[in-house]
Amino acid sequence: MSWSYVLDLLRISLHAMVPITLTATGEIIGETAGLFNIGLEGILLISAFVGALAAGAGGPIVGLLAGMATGMAIGFLFSVIAAYWKGTQMVAGIGINLFALGFVAFGLIKLGAPGFHAVPVAAQLVKLRTPLGALSPLIFVALLVPFVAHWFLKRTRAGLILKAVGENPEAADVAGVNVNLTRLLATTFGGALAGLAGAYLSVAWFGSVTKEISAGRGFIALATVVFSGLNPLLGLVGGIIFGFFQSLATWIKTLPTKTIPWQFVDMLPYIVTLLVVSGVVGRVRFPKALGIPYKRE
Amino acid sequence: MTGNEGQPGGRLLRGVHRTLTGLHPALESVLAAVVGLLVGAVLMYIWGYDPWRAYWALLRGAYGGSYEIASSIARGVPLVLTGLTFAICLRGGMFNIGAEGQMYVGAAAAVCVAYFKLPPGLHVVAGVLLAAVAGAVWSLGPALLKLTRGVHEVISTIMFNWIGRFLVFYLVAYVLVDARQGQRTVQIPLSARFPVLVRGTDLSYSVFLAVAFALFVYVLLWHTATGYEVRAAGLTPTAARYGGISIKRTMLLSFILGGVAAGLAGAATVMGLPPTYAIISGLPQLMNLGFDGMAVAMVGRNHPIGILVAALFFGGLNAGGRVMQFYGSNPVPLEMVRVVMGAIVLAMAIPELARVFPALAASGRALVGMLSRKRPVEEAA
Repeated sequence: MSWSYVLDLLRISLHAMVPITLTATGEIIGETAGLFNIGLEGILLISAFVGALAAGAGGPIVGLLAGMATGMAIGFLFSVIAAYWKGTQMVAGIGINLFALGFVAFGLIKLGAPGFHAVPVAAQLVKLRTPLGALSPLIFVALLVPFVAHWFLKRTRAGLILKAVGENPEAADVAGVNVNLTRLLATTFGGALAGLAGAYLSVAWFGSVTKEISAGRGFIALATVVFSGLNPLLGLVGGIIFGFFQSLATWIKTLPTKTIPWQFVDMLPYIVTLLVVSGVVGRVRFPKALGIPYKRE
Repeated sequence: MTGNEGQPGGRLLRGVHRTLTGLHPALESVLAAVVGLLVGAVLMYIWGYDPWRAYWALLRGAYGGSYEIASSIARGVPLVLTGLTFAICLRGGMFNIGAEGQMYVGAAAAVCVAYFKLPPGLHVVAGVLLAAVAGAVWSLGPALLKLTRGVHEVISTIMFNWIGRFLVFYLVAYVLVDARQGQRTVQIPLSARFPVLVRGTDLSYSVFLAVAFALFVYVLLWHTATGYEVRAAGLTPTAARYGGISIKRTMLLSFILGGVAAGLAGAATVMGLPPTYAIISGLPQLMNLGFDGMAVAMVGRNHPIGILVAALFFGGLNAGGRVMQFYGSNPVPLEMVRVVMGAIVLAMAIPELARVFPALAASGRALVGMLSRKRPVEEAA
């Protein structure tokens, strides 16, 4: 096997790590504050679509920003339902996912190419030339964000407040913290990161949108959050692990020898996710008030 | 209602009151459906369609005549079953979003009846049983991961959906493939098909399978001790445990029962929905039935009877959507139906939906107050 194949694998892994890490970091922030958003998959899907459209209109940066804005908007909607209206978070998340499935498939048909929309090369984010080959600049963002999030959660007052809201909303409320607003901000921020990850998929990585572009990454990010135990640095590690196995599947298919049917190769990331998650559960603990709407007595 | 006990008018009033209170969930479902349809209308308008004409086409295509109603029911059949998957597990305290994968695997198992011969009636039963067992087996994975390792079922069922999907892709492409027609599996023989119920329509006897299973779940959950345990464990696990109920047992049971329902949905689709009677490569006729079932379950308030009604509604959306997408000058893609479904589910997530609008108005006033630099009004909750 030639050296370039190994280099390929490393490069794809780095790219595959980005959406999972970004989404997981955002969800870690949201879950720390006590909201469990399973609509991440839908956010990735819609923002990939919106990001691609915006990039086509105004260039890659506009595309990424539009993706972030879309993610923020959905995160905002989710947290209004979950925090202010005391909605069932699971149901709201499922609703987002269903909506996204329909919305993106519908939009792709409207664009004239059912199931596929290519982002013009000029509208794609330029990749950096490195000794490893062409790398998307967002790889470095994804490597940095977890550290910033870690510092924020562990070292700042706001991070502490976030934790209090997730662990014991009553106490936080008594201490003068606006529980619902805090949750709203945290989940909206999480939505923004997921939106960036979605736009990254279409604008900076694949250069196209399909109705299955998210391919379970939102749920793999949820699994990463479980793996991390709400520690963003472990979230990065998880993102790298899951990104690697996703790429391994892609990479095996590029090899000249075809020994296993592609269907089994494609199962790999999901099987690994299951194995990893079932290995770590029990070790991690989550905020006490996770998933429970806060109602003032 | 106090004070008029004993008076006949009072009793009547109380009866009306109780009926209306009992109908409250149904009213909320209707309200959610209206909200979802409105969201769909707004989106259609933005994308340049005429929403009213589109909905008119959808309505006529769904319930405009006996043929349309029959095909709406036919589209609702698998949704009843996948909806039950979600509902049973929710009653047992879990979010099983694995109906999709379990249904794929069930459908693939049902196709296996093509490889052996049996007398007509028995052949159908064999296919149904195969699918039920396959669905149950596929649901065992997430169930055991939850019970032994504590893996959250939302993550594990989704992963099993993807694994199941690729597994069935593989089976369709290499194992069950029709030697003469490479893009689909072998066809289910005549003796193993659900006979068509209304001539010239898609509606087959599989509808009885769905209704019977819904009634079975209803009786099981609400009229047996086991069902009581499942629901008790779902409502308050700690109290149920003190009451001597084995949570693991009820969880396993609801997962298996859900898997059976999803497997049956697969069987009902490949054995009872003309004209293919086979799984086509890419699974177009199966895709998303499991996810749509979740919407059906929620709108049906996770109650078997409610699910039957909701499935008729969503089946109508699907059947009507098929008409809508070819409707003259205003062809709205079928995917709009799923957009509407998602919006309905989002609306269903909001408890006391009816109170949201006054609350929204209050927030609006508070916002205006804040913007005009007055002291913000306390949140009206």
